[in-house]
Amino acid sequence: MKAKFLVPLVIFLALAGFLAYGLKLNPREVPSPLVGKPAPAFSVAQLQAPEASFSSADMRGQVWLLNVWASWCVSCRQEHPLLVELGRRGVVPVVGLNYKDGRADALDYLVRHGNPYTTIAVDPEGKVGFDYGVYGTPETFLIDREGVIRYKHIGPLTREHFERVLMPMITELSRAG
Amino acid sequence: MIAELGHFALILALVLACVQAVVPLVGAQQNRYALMAVGRPAAQAQLFFLLFAYGCLTWAFVTSDFTVRLAAVNSHTATPLIYKITGVWGNHEGSLLLWAASLSLWTVAVTIFSRDLPEAFMARVLGVLGAISAGFVSFTLFTSNPFTRLLPAAAEGRDLNPLLQDPGMIIHPPLLYMGYVGFSVAFAFAIAALLSGRLDAAWARWSRPWTTAAWVFLTAGIAVGSGWAYYELGWGGWWFWDPVENASFMPWLLGTALIHSLAVTEKRGAFRNWTVLLAISAFSMSLLGTFLVRSGVITSVHAFATDPARGLYILVLLVLVIGISLTLFAWRAPRLTGGGSFALMSRESTLLGNNVLFAVVTGAVLLGTLYPLFLDALNMGKISVGPPYFEAVFVPLMVPVVVLMVIGPFVRWKNDDSARIVRRLAPGAIVSVLLGVGLAVVVGNFTWRTVLGLALAAWVLIGSVQLLRARVAERPGAAAGAGVRLRGIPAAWWGMWLAHLGVGVFIIGVTMVGSLESELDVRMKDGQTARLAGYTFTFRGVVDAPGPNYLAARATIEVARGERQIATLTPEKRLYLAQQMPMTEASLDIGPFRDVYVSLGDELEDGSWIVSLYHKPFISWIWLGCTLMGVGGICAAADRRYRRLAERRVPAAATQSA
Repeated sequence: MKAKFLVPLVIFLALAGFLAYGLKLNPREVPSPLVGKPAPAFSVAQLQAPEASFSSADMRGQVWLLNVWASWCVSCRQEHPLLVELGRRGVVPVVGLNYKDGRADALDYLVRHGNPYTTIAVDPEGKVGFDYGVYGTPETFLIDREGVIRYKHIGPLTREHFERVLMPMITELSRAG
Repeated sequence: MIAELGHFALILALVLACVQAVVPLVGAQQNRYALMAVGRPAAQAQLFFLLFAYGCLTWAFVTSDFTVRLAAVNSHTATPLIYKITGVWGNHEGSLLLWAASLSLWTVAVTIFSRDLPEAFMARVLGVLGAISAGFVSFTLFTSNPFTRLLPAAAEGRDLNPLLQDPGMIIHPPLLYMGYVGFSVAFAFAIAALLSGRLDAAWARWSRPWTTAAWVFLTAGIAVGSGWAYYELGWGGWWFWDPVENASFMPWLLGTALIHSLAVTEKRGAFRNWTVLLAISAFSMSLLGTFLVRSGVITSVHAFATDPARGLYILVLLVLVIGISLTLFAWRAPRLTGGGSFALMSRESTLLGNNVLFAVVTGAVLLGTLYPLFLDALNMGKISVGPPYFEAVFVPLMVPVVVLMVIGPFVRWKNDDSARIVRRLAPGAIVSVLLGVGLAVVVGNFTWRTVLGLALAAWVLIGSVQLLRARVAERPGAAAGAGVRLRGIPAAWWGMWLAHLGVGVFIIGVTMVGSLESELDVRMKDGQTARLAGYTFTFRGVVDAPGPNYLAARATIEVARGERQIATLTPEKRLYLAQQMPMTEASLDIGPFRDVYVSLGDELEDGSWIVSLYHKPFISWIWLGCTLMGVGGICAAADRRYRRLAERRVPAAATQSA
């Protein structure tokens, strides 16, 4: 058995190792280690007003959602109508974190699909996203009045999931204070 | 009762799959014909029971038997009949049953169309296919039983995901699965050949039509899926580099490489290791695709139902199937050296170059798809990979593939004169570059992307014409008329020619739509007009248009070019009642040189509507190109040569047994 013919097997076993680990990391099922911890503070420029800045401290005293999105993100479009509806109904303030995106592209996306966000923070290099452990867009964080992350959702939000899981938490947290 | 019968049939199918996996293999090893002969009836009976189980599940959907959990979750009494039937595979459990049924269908097809294979070889092929089947049927039974009851019954079903209630979705999954699963045949042939130590030209010839047939299904499945995304998702894109799309694209890339590699192995006996490895890899990619879609390791638009327990089961299956095959490969491959030698300028070199490039592209797509997972697992941060990566990697790697594709058929096997090839192809290449530049200027988009795309496409088309002329001129019996000589060309050659032509047409579509498409979002009220790319769109109001299981607002938009009325489009905004899910239903006017595409957005407070207008030049050419590739594949798979050899072998076999 010559060594070079073992190469495909070795590559495959390495890949399988990663996949097995990936199952443990299951992005939808495993809660983020950040849940229950203070949300990492950040202060960055706003998308629509680049000279103004948005700081996570501005949201103190409110229950809010931080929604990580990008114009290139396909699954974001799936949850977008739901976000627009939340924005219209004023259920909860939704702050957008525009992640690794071009400003023009992002603005164009909002014109096209509607803007559900109260404010949009820009994160062109993904630094804020890194602090929040963003795995991929879209992701949504529920943050309480004290600035503690209460819930993290990975992937597109669905109406059912929102009504069943997030809405009760939002009601609860808003009432608690 | 019906559901229990289906469940029972599935259990019987599993038992038969186990028998098919073990007995013929033992028989082949011990050279006992009685044991080898068990394979065929086992495969056929298995198909019967799987189809029976599938029929039972369909029955539960059609009759809205909501005591069956799967039907309650994925169907509804008001769902149109056709979507009740297709709803069977619009979910995890049902699609697995479809997977198993496709595999069984392929297996039985092998027993019918390749019945002249040597008995021991056939036994090994059926054994391997039986083992795969046992893996998937047991996966279905133990982790994803489609016949689970829901007691007490649901009063009403939750309905099929509205995204899937579409004609494209009726045929996309079966085609794609037939393609995915079809590579199992090439895989089984490769493993059988490794087991018997007989990897020769005959093995390659037996594998070729099966590989090509699977490739045709996969091509069609991917094309239909992309067409579905184009008009159903409602924002006019046709490819998104979504992980699930990549999962179907990777086996396609490797399958394409395999088809070409098999040609070399059959004709020249070369690249045998490489061909076997490709056959194993193409099917491994199909399994990996199933794993990615079903495990939820990667989040995706397509990931409907995910469950880590199922992921683990598929992963174990994956490791067993691929691990054992690659071990077998490492053990047997060192003996498989040889094959004819060839010079740098030869058909073999161009095909080898192409295969290496296809393998690299597959690696790049795989890397992009799994990169977020790798980094996460290594604690190096969390990232996501978007289309910019794939485009940056894919285009530069595919350009040389296309160049080699044009050159390859002109080059002789074994050794050729470089100067002759250059003399032959340089004029066409120069004309193509000039055409690319000229056309880019004419269409008013002088970018390197447009020039490159158009020049390549032009070269493919010119090369195709040259190749056909050369083929007609070179045929023996030059005295006969051109018509006779055209008819003398074998179907396999036409298949190659058409598929390559299809690539050229495809490139035209991709280039033109990428460079020239335009879109506009406008607010429109009754009677208002908007203009885009020379077309005038007039908004004629919105009416209610309820469907069987949804409410809809339907807009009427008249499209005119100058004075001439072209089409009346009726995009809809639907609300599917059972899931309270809004959907946009775009409306298109399809033309040979452009599509006009309209989708309806939200209603604003002042009664006007947001409307998205798209002008997509040459987008149909993308699917026309895929169609040509598919038709080419059908021609190649149907070549008389494969049947003739089978016929010739019959008397030989008869004398042997006599």
